[in-house]
Amino acid sequence: MQSLYKTSHLLDTEHLSHKELNLIFDLARKFKNNDTLGTHRGTNVGFLFHEASTRTKGSFLIACKNLGINVLDLSPQNSSFVKGESLVDTAENLIALGVNLFVIRHNQSGIMNYLSEKIDVPIINGGDGMHAHPTQALLDAFTLIEHFGSIENKKVSIIGDIKHSRVARSNIHTLKTLGAEITVIGPKTFIPIGIEKMGVNISYSLDTILESDIIMALRIQKERQLSGLIPSFSDYASCYGIKEKHLTEIKSEAVIMHPGPVNRGIEISGKVADSKNSLILEQTTNGIFIRMAVISLLLEGNL
Amino acid sequence: MNSFVIKNGLVIDPKNNINEILDIEVIDGVITRVEKNINSNLKHIDAKHKLVCPGFVEIHAHFREPGYTHKEDLQTGSLAALKGGYTTVCVMPNTNPVIDAPYLVDYLKLRAKNLNLVNIEVIGAVTKSLAGQELANMALLKKSGVVAFSDDGMPIMNAKIMRNALNYLENLEAPIILHEEDHNLSLPATMNEGSVSTKLGLTGTPGLAEEVMIARDIVLAKESKTRVHVAHVSTKKSVKLIRAAKEEGINITCEVTPHHLTLSEEELLTRPYDTNLKMSPPLRTKEDIYECIAGINDGTIDAIATDHAPHSIAEKDQEFSNAPNGIIGLESAFSILYMNLVKKELTSLFNLVSKLTIEPAKVLNLNKGSLSVGSSADITIIDLDQEYILDRSNLGSKSSNSPWINKKLLGKVKRVYVNGIEKLTEESHD
Repeated sequence: MQSLYKTSHLLDTEHLSHKELNLIFDLARKFKNNDTLGTHRGTNVGFLFHEASTRTKGSFLIACKNLGINVLDLSPQNSSFVKGESLVDTAENLIALGVNLFVIRHNQSGIMNYLSEKIDVPIINGGDGMHAHPTQALLDAFTLIEHFGSIENKKVSIIGDIKHSRVARSNIHTLKTLGAEITVIGPKTFIPIGIEKMGVNISYSLDTILESDIIMALRIQKERQLSGLIPSFSDYASCYGIKEKHLTEIKSEAVIMHPGPVNRGIEISGKVADSKNSLILEQTTNGIFIRMAVISLLLEGNL
Repeated sequence: MNSFVIKNGLVIDPKNNINEILDIEVIDGVITRVEKNINSNLKHIDAKHKLVCPGFVEIHAHFREPGYTHKEDLQTGSLAALKGGYTTVCVMPNTNPVIDAPYLVDYLKLRAKNLNLVNIEVIGAVTKSLAGQELANMALLKKSGVVAFSDDGMPIMNAKIMRNALNYLENLEAPIILHEEDHNLSLPATMNEGSVSTKLGLTGTPGLAEEVMIARDIVLAKESKTRVHVAHVSTKKSVKLIRAAKEEGINITCEVTPHHLTLSEEELLTRPYDTNLKMSPPLRTKEDIYECIAGINDGTIDAIATDHAPHSIAEKDQEFSNAPNGIIGLESAFSILYMNLVKKELTSLFNLVSKLTIEPAKVLNLNKGSLSVGSSADITIIDLDQEYILDRSNLGSKSSNSPWINKKLLGKVKRVYVNGIEKLTEESHD
C-alpha cells in the first residue's frame, strides 16, 4: 500500500540527503539576500491546516505571497475533513479547482504518506501528528548554518517532550545528516522508547546543556500534564526549564532555539528567550525563506 | 460418495504419533483404516508426494455474523477456512449483537448446519455486550452449545469480574479465552511501542500492557480450576510468564498467530503506515518472535490460531491511526508457517501440524484434529512443493486485509474433506 516516496513531496526530513539540504539552503539564502525573485504567478496553493498554527501558517502565507502564489485556505473552521478518506476527497476537489501544491497540517502521523499515494500534486507536510515537521527542521538547520557556518560535530541538546514532538524527530534527521551530535533531554516519561535507534544520546539531566553548542527547547503542551506524564508545568520547569542562571553556565557561544510558541518561564525564561544567545526570532524570519525555497523547488520538480 | 481411500500420502497425525507414507480408508464419512497399502475397491485418491493430515482446527476467528457481514459472514468465512485447509472453526462473539444469549448461539449453529461447509463452533461472551460489567448467562450459553467463553477484543479490565468469571465457570467446565491488554497502558494504541513507533511518530502499545494482564490472570487462575486460555500471545515476557505458570500447575494454555511468529514491527519500516500491518496485539520485535517460536517448540504455546479478522477495503484504506485492527489469516496460515518456520528449520512439519490440529482441539476440548480410526473424516491434503500467489481475486474471504496479498507462498491446499465429503478441490496444474 505504501511505497517509499522521494520525488515530489516534502513529507519528512529522513529522506533528504546532505546535497538536497544544501539545494534548499542555497535557494533560501538567495531569497533572503534578494538575489532571486522567483515567481510562480498564477500558481495555486491549497492550505489544509487541521491543527492550530500561527507561525507555520503565517510563514507559509507570506512565502506564497512573496512568490506571487494564490492561496486557497481551507483550514479547520471552514472545512469538515477529519479522516484520511475525506482528506483525499477534499484534496481531489481542490486539484479540480486548480490547486498545484498542498500545505497540510494534521494530527494524524503518516496521513500525508497515505495521501501522497492517492494524489499527484506535491504535498508539503506542515506537521503531522508526532511524525514530522520538515520545514521547521529545515529552517532550524538553515538558521544554525547561517550562524555557525557548519554544524558538523556540534553538540546539540533537544530538551522537552521528545515523545510527542514532530519537531524533535525532524530535527534529529536533518541535524544528523549535517553531522551534529545530538542528545535528547527530558524526564523519562517524555523520552520515547527506542529513540536511541535514531542515533541520539539520552540524558535525564539538564546539566547536559552546559557542554552544548546548540540548545533547543521544545514547547510543552498542556495535555501532557492532564495525561499524567508530568505533575505540572512548574514541576517540569524546576528540572528542565532553562533559566537566567544557565546563561552564565553554558558555553558563551552556545545558541538557544525554540520552535515557538514559547511558554515563557516554563521551557525557557523570558530573559533567556531575549538573550544574545537566542536565535528564536531568526528562526521565525528564516522560516519564510525556507518555505519559499521548498515551494519553488517542488513546483519546479527540482526536489 | 463419502467412501474412498487416500493413497500414498505422507500422513501426519500428531494425536496418534503418525508420520509416514500411509493410506487412509474412509467409509461413510468415518475413518476406518490408516495403514500401509490398503487394498480396496473404493475410489482411490492419489496423494503421492503430498501431505495428508487432519483438517486444521481454528480456535480464534471472526466471521462477523451477525452484524458486520460486509466484512465476512459464515459462508465466506467457511470458504476461507477450506482454502486454508481448516475443517473446524470456532467463531468469536464480538458480533452485533454480541453472542451473549442462547438464541444467538442457536442462530449461528443453524446457519452453519444449513451451509454445511466446515464445522463451526461458537464461543460465547463472558460479559453481557462484552462490556466487562455483568457476567453473561454462561450456564445457559453452555447448554446451548458454546465451547468456550471470551470477550475477545475487549480485555476484562475489572479484576473482580474476572475472578468471578473464573470461579463461576469452574462448574461449567468450559475454558475462558482472554484477550490480554491493559487498556490504561495500551490506549491509544496503533503499533508496538519501540524504536519503530518512535520513528514513525505513532503512539505505541507497550508489550507490558499484555504482560501485566497475563500476570494478573495467572494469579487469579490459581484460585480456580477453570482452563484459562490466553489468546494471541505476542511478547517474550508473556511466553515466559505462561511457561512458569504451567510449571506451577496452573490450568493455563495459550495460542500464537502466524503473523506474530513471522513478522516483526520492523516490517513497518519498509511498508510505513501500511494498515495491513495493524492488528491487536501489534507486531512486536524479533526477540519476541524468537521466544514465541521457542514456545511452540517447547510446548509452552499450545496452539497456532490465526485471529482471522476481516475488514473491508474501505475500512482499512485510511490513515494508520484510524484504521481498524486485524488481518485475515485462515487462507495463508499454513503456507506462511511452512515457508517461514518449517523450511527454515525453526520447527518441524510434525510440530506445525500438531499446533494446527490436535493441540488447538485439546485446548477447547473438541473431539477434532486427528485421523483416529472411528473419527469423522476431516482431512486436508496439501502439495508442499506448489508455489502460488495469494491473489486478492481468488480469496474465499470477503475481505483481503492481509500483508501477504500478492506474495508468493509455498504449500498449497489441494483437497479438503469434512465428514468425508469433499468440500474443496484445487486441480493441480502440473
